[in-house]
Amino acid sequence: MTEPLLRVEDLRVTFELRRAGDMPWTKPRLLHAVSGVNFELFPGETLGVVGESGCGKSTLARAIIQMVPATGKAIWQGKTNLLALSKREMLKFRSDIQMVFQDPLASLNPRMTVGQIIAEPLRTHKPDLSGEEVKTRVKKMMDRVGLLPNQINRYPHEFSGGQCQRIGIARALIVEPKLLICDEPVSALDVSIQAQVINLLAELQRDLGLAMIFIAHDLSVVKHISDRVMVLYLGREMEMATSHDLYADPQHPYTQALLSAVPIPDPVAERAKTMIPLDGDLPSPLAPPSGCVFRTRCPRAEQRCAETAPALTPGVHGVACHFPGPLVRGGRPLENA
Amino acid sequence: MALLEVNDLGVSFATPDGTVNAVNGVNFTLDKGETLGIVGESGSGKSQLSFAIMGLLAKNGTATGSVKFAGKEILNAPPHVINPIRANQIAMVFQDPMTSLNPYMRVSDQMAEVLIHHKGMGKAEAVRESIRMLDAVKIPDAAGRVGLYPHEFSGGMRQRVMIAMSLLCRPELLIADEPTTALDVTVQAQIMMLLRDLQRDFGMATILITHDLGVVAGFCEDVLVLYGGQVMEQSPVDPLFAAPTHPYTRGLLKAIPRVDHHGDDLDSIPGSPPNMTNAPKGCPFAPRCDFAGDDCLDHLAPLTQFAPDRWRACNRKLEELA
Repeated sequence: MTEPLLRVEDLRVTFELRRAGDMPWTKPRLLHAVSGVNFELFPGETLGVVGESGCGKSTLARAIIQMVPATGKAIWQGKTNLLALSKREMLKFRSDIQMVFQDPLASLNPRMTVGQIIAEPLRTHKPDLSGEEVKTRVKKMMDRVGLLPNQINRYPHEFSGGQCQRIGIARALIVEPKLLICDEPVSALDVSIQAQVINLLAELQRDLGLAMIFIAHDLSVVKHISDRVMVLYLGREMEMATSHDLYADPQHPYTQALLSAVPIPDPVAERAKTMIPLDGDLPSPLAPPSGCVFRTRCPRAEQRCAETAPALTPGVHGVACHFPGPLVRGGRPLENA
Repeated sequence: MALLEVNDLGVSFATPDGTVNAVNGVNFTLDKGETLGIVGESGSGKSQLSFAIMGLLAKNGTATGSVKFAGKEILNAPPHVINPIRANQIAMVFQDPMTSLNPYMRVSDQMAEVLIHHKGMGKAEAVRESIRMLDAVKIPDAAGRVGLYPHEFSGGMRQRVMIAMSLLCRPELLIADEPTTALDVTVQAQIMMLLRDLQRDFGMATILITHDLGVVAGFCEDVLVLYGGQVMEQSPVDPLFAAPTHPYTRGLLKAIPRVDHHGDDLDSIPGSPPNMTNAPKGCPFAPRCDFAGDDCLDHLAPLTQFAPDRWRACNRKLEELA
């Protein structure tokens, strides 16, 4: 079996919140954005991370590259724990792990030309390259992501949203990373442009053998691009399986509800599908429910769920639920069970 | 008589760079209790269309054509004609509930204001009615929460407040402009279900403006597909999804990944939507269309009926789009 590129063990991100007027000795309130996430990522694989806003999916990605402080382990290539590195030591690994952000225009410096933007990581990580070499590589990369190399001296505002996202992708890939973290890369784009960017990412990944962590709230997009998918709820893993298994045979009631809520662009299928409505809102992450965090909205919740938190079962299809199972149990639809 | 009759509606804006034609020649009628979906990408003119109907265009905007509500012309109508209709008979729900609600006013005050202004109710009665409406949109503990400020609600709850507010005067027509775009899928599902129930209970006609074909499929009876300010296709929802007749609609449906299918590569539409400040002369979709010929760059065929209740605007005949 191949060595995982990245092994994340018990990753936790906790933010300390202080209220205005708190005394210096007052204990801060703790917000557990990510609590004990484990996963492995293999070279060339895409891991999709889905969940509603506030579930900790972006925080998880940011924690891996030390953009937010985290505890636990993120073992890179079986050797280095990224979370224990100092800023200086981390710099060596940053060219291996690159990130593409959600808002294509906001993540580009408006006062730099496209050429400067794409070249910047190269100048940081490979300062020995000659200016000529940098320019050649930038042009090659621009061509690779579908930008015209003669646009090298233009500024970000002259490009459309989809093109800006291509610039962001070029900037991330110019240092030949092994892992690309995409945080909602297509959610700000129009439907007809989304498909272009998704196809580009999939193609680049195949050609360059990249591993990818693909974060999105859109379940259909994640399904399309991912090999495996992790479902997060309030910072905890609910279910983790191959993309096919998760969508064809979801075992966790939250995953089932989430999937049933996705509108299908086909009136016949849309009318035929069973909706599992979730009542209420996400509980506050400042005061998560005891036991299983999903129990307050779960149709299967029982006494036991309030007492102990279920752990993610090991294996290919992991579920963190005391009562996992397909939608229909004992021949009866769930709402009557 | 139809509830809403829109004839040859056009919207243009005078900008320093010249005139921008945001919407051209839109026609539709809506009867009591019907649902119409208006689908388009950003810049397609879908929001401006609804602003024109409500008389909410920006100062440099001009609307042409005719919009008749219950037989009465309301397009470019003076305030004394349109004001009693707004909120009372035609209400609107906007995309972003946080920026549409007044952050300085308690929910009770903003909601009561509508009833005091339009129905001449007293404050106490108006607040009581507001609580009833918050109950109807399933806000738990409505009486206890009516005195809160908008920031004290979650995104989904704020959108419910917006919807409750728009329903206060029991409008005959509700225009919902991307009502769920800012929300998570599970909350989106709650809100769409709520809108469906309310629409049935109150017998409202509804215009749903969205970029999401999935939401349209689940909610609307008729669909109007806009691109670059032009109607590309207009049809009842089932045949539109089963057999789209315009290259744009076809491309769009193939470009969306679906949760209920396993697909390979998505068929993306090359290029990007037109920049409306210098819109192309002919068909706005021509530069991205596989079937476009020279004629498409020059002019766009008018919207033509080709089947009962179905219209399309394309220079290519249906048989030519193999």
